[in-house]
Amino acid sequence: MVRGPKRERTAERMLEIEDLNVWFGSGRDRVDAVKGATFSVAQGQSFGLVGESGSGKSTILRAITGLAPDWSGRISVAGAALNKRRARRFFKTVQMVFQDPYASLHPRHSVDQVLGETLYLHGFRDIDACVSKLLDDVGLGQKFRFRYPHQLSGGQRQRVAIARALAPEPDLLLLDEPTSALDVSVQAEILNLLSDLRAARLLTYVMVSHDLSVVGHMCDRLAVMNGGQIVEIMEVAALRAMKASHPYSQHLLAASV
Amino acid sequence: MADASGQTGGLRAWLLTDTPTSRRHARISALYQGWLSFRSNTMAMVGLGILVLLVLIAFAAPLLAPHDPFAQDLGNRLAPLGAPGHVLGTDSLGRDILSRLIYGARITLYIVALVALIAPIAGLLVGTVSGYVGGWVDMVLMRITDIFLAFPRLVLALAFVAALGAGIENAVLAISLTAWPPYARIARAETLTIRKSDYISAIRLQGAGPLRIITTHIWPLCVSSLIVRVTLDMAGIILAAAGLGFLGLGAQPPSPEWGAMISEGRRFILDHWWVATMPGLAIFTVSLAFNLLGDGLRDVLDPKASE
Amino acid sequence: MMADLLDIENLWVRFPTRQGIFDAVRGISFSLGRERLGIVGESGSGKSMTGRAILRLIRPPGIAEADHIRLDGTNLLDLSEKAMRDVRGERISMVMQDPKFSLNPVMTIGDQIVEAYRLHSKASKAKAKAKSLEMLGAVSIRDPERVMRAYPHEMSGGMGQRIMIAMMLIPNPQILIADEPTSALDVSVQRQVLDIMDKLVTVRGMGLIFISHDLNLVADFCDRVLIMYAGRIVEVCDADRLHEARHPYTQGLLNSLPRLSEPRDRLEVLRRDPAWSEAPSVSGRLSAC
Repeated sequence: MVRGPKRERTAERMLEIEDLNVWFGSGRDRVDAVKGATFSVAQGQSFGLVGESGSGKSTILRAITGLAPDWSGRISVAGAALNKRRARRFFKTVQMVFQDPYASLHPRHSVDQVLGETLYLHGFRDIDACVSKLLDDVGLGQKFRFRYPHQLSGGQRQRVAIARALAPEPDLLLLDEPTSALDVSVQAEILNLLSDLRAARLLTYVMVSHDLSVVGHMCDRLAVMNGGQIVEIMEVAALRAMKASHPYSQHLLAASV
Repeated sequence: MADASGQTGGLRAWLLTDTPTSRRHARISALYQGWLSFRSNTMAMVGLGILVLLVLIAFAAPLLAPHDPFAQDLGNRLAPLGAPGHVLGTDSLGRDILSRLIYGARITLYIVALVALIAPIAGLLVGTVSGYVGGWVDMVLMRITDIFLAFPRLVLALAFVAALGAGIENAVLAISLTAWPPYARIARAETLTIRKSDYISAIRLQGAGPLRIITTHIWPLCVSSLIVRVTLDMAGIILAAAGLGFLGLGAQPPSPEWGAMISEGRRFILDHWWVATMPGLAIFTVSLAFNLLGDGLRDVLDPKASE
Repeated sequence: MMADLLDIENLWVRFPTRQGIFDAVRGISFSLGRERLGIVGESGSGKSMTGRAILRLIRPPGIAEADHIRLDGTNLLDLSEKAMRDVRGERISMVMQDPKFSLNPVMTIGDQIVEAYRLHSKASKAKAKAKSLEMLGAVSIRDPERVMRAYPHEMSGGMGQRIMIAMMLIPNPQILIADEPTSALDVSVQRQVLDIMDKLVTVRGMGLIFISHDLNLVADFCDRVLIMYAGRIVEVCDADRLHEARHPYTQGLLNSLPRLSEPRDRLEVLRRDPAWSEAPSVSGRLSAC
């Protein structure tokens, strides 16, 4: 079952990753977090990265955004290959939502400041109007505008983080376990919000999660990672049918159900 | 503030709201909540009270002082406590000690204010840049900090004053120069933890440069722990200034600086103890007040303690 | 009918705040036999506070009150703080979510376990060490000698959690309270830790209070489940019949979970009814089931 827009099969590649290696440290301390990862995501598609902690799934996202500076291989976004430095323009195409909503908002900045600064950095003019529109878009409404993070619940914080990522009107949204710190009922709200936003804004998602049922719900295709390597790329239909071909994926599926 | 014009209950609700309606409202209400938690700390309120009193005394010195602090009356030297017209007695030149203490509050405040402006700001700059940029910048800045830290504080201050000449301004400068390294260390340590946090990553993903990140994202978080540290250090700074004054390298006679007054009174300490003791008590009280205030502020400002 | 190990009547946990008193737990009653009792609920439902209140670990200014918290006939509320310290660990143990924060980073694991053991019984060092090795074996740690010499940071999350459990088990407690013991762990490791706890309940006849936000996990692992909402128990049911739960809150929670087998375009969102938090607490007594 493919839920994205119909044209995705033929559409251009939004994200292409070829033989990506990411490492931390150097010399004897060098840790290879990602080894030879290759996959691509079409425009409008939703792609999942699953694996256990330490499998390197989040590191791939950090390499795309430039937060993990040591990488080799080829990453291209919307057809343009990336080099080591990311221009500000790049972040108008690619944005990221972090795992822990309690850590991803500055404790001393109000919602208004967070969104206003983001809009300002991307050169928006009518910041006031944009902030209120963003708040409406993520279902928060105006009364949250001047609150500080400690006055928000986990789900509300994650909505602010999503609004921040949407502010520059990106095409590709990287989601790093966006709901793993939330209660299930809040998770449902956030996942619905993400589905709605994808449909409304024709976004492409790359979603990292350890929860196979979340990935099964949100994604069209997924890659299973283990020890820094992609062991299998499969369609979500295969996941739902529990038909994994690699033994590790089978093991993961069996443990999850 | 139309909605706040009701009775105090309305104002309190307006201040304690969880749904602020404007930027200003949010800021005021955050300040008010901080004030509430500060107010619940009795000792800190005592400290704050003493310091407010000190500021008032310093401002109103000409009104409060019963005598001219510089007027000598050699016929009435070393008058004891409670002598007519001189509640705290007189010193070796017959000057009224109470008046000198009152005017001395101005000098103390002046020193405290200057040091509190220079040292933490210098430390904040060095520490956050060092911590955020890292690499060789960090190496160079931190080794400089280490060099300053390696000297005994008073000895370094003495060397500076000796080079620059005696006087209050130079004493302040000398104390500031010796006081900033610990602040740089604190600011750097805080920056190192903040730098790795998701909210800094998030703002980097908006294309923000290091200057913006340091000034608008890291400073606000470092400032609170520095304020706490400064108030706790104030006692030490006052004592260092007094020490320099005592050694004759700070305020020069006839300035009624408290340390210099102790130094003058030292010669008579056995027979006329109050001459040195009264300024000593003043230093003690103000230092204690700063320490109490610092403890209270830590509870309010320190993000680690409040979580 | 199983004998009750623990019986709790009308437990309240209150926190004074600026806006008035906040009731984290509002008058719940339940009992625990030699079984695996799950307590589920969302964050803020009071489930963790319940676990802490049993051990009288609510930090001031929080207050825990109850008609009684009876462990084998003794009311824990009547005990002195000193006597309570003996209860903690010796008769009731607690395992927290993240082992990283519960282990001392500068002591070897062996030293910590031995110390914990000798705190409770005046055994010799050699005997304590032998017992520690035995316990590490009991939680399926393959190379206990090596683990004893290691420091906590050298351990993975699952290993750390197993060590915590081993430590808690040495004094042979009657009750183990596990507060989200597997939330920080990967699924495959989760399974191992659960298996160990399962074995302990069946082999040693311990009572287990398993606090979790994960409905499926609890349904799978426990015997009986208390569902908490806003500080009250809204429903009690047998774990294997959790999916037939009647309370709209429980149903809502279950429906909001994405399922691999039943793809949906949108997930159901829980609609909270204010009446849920007003309804009286359901009794969680064994006999009431």
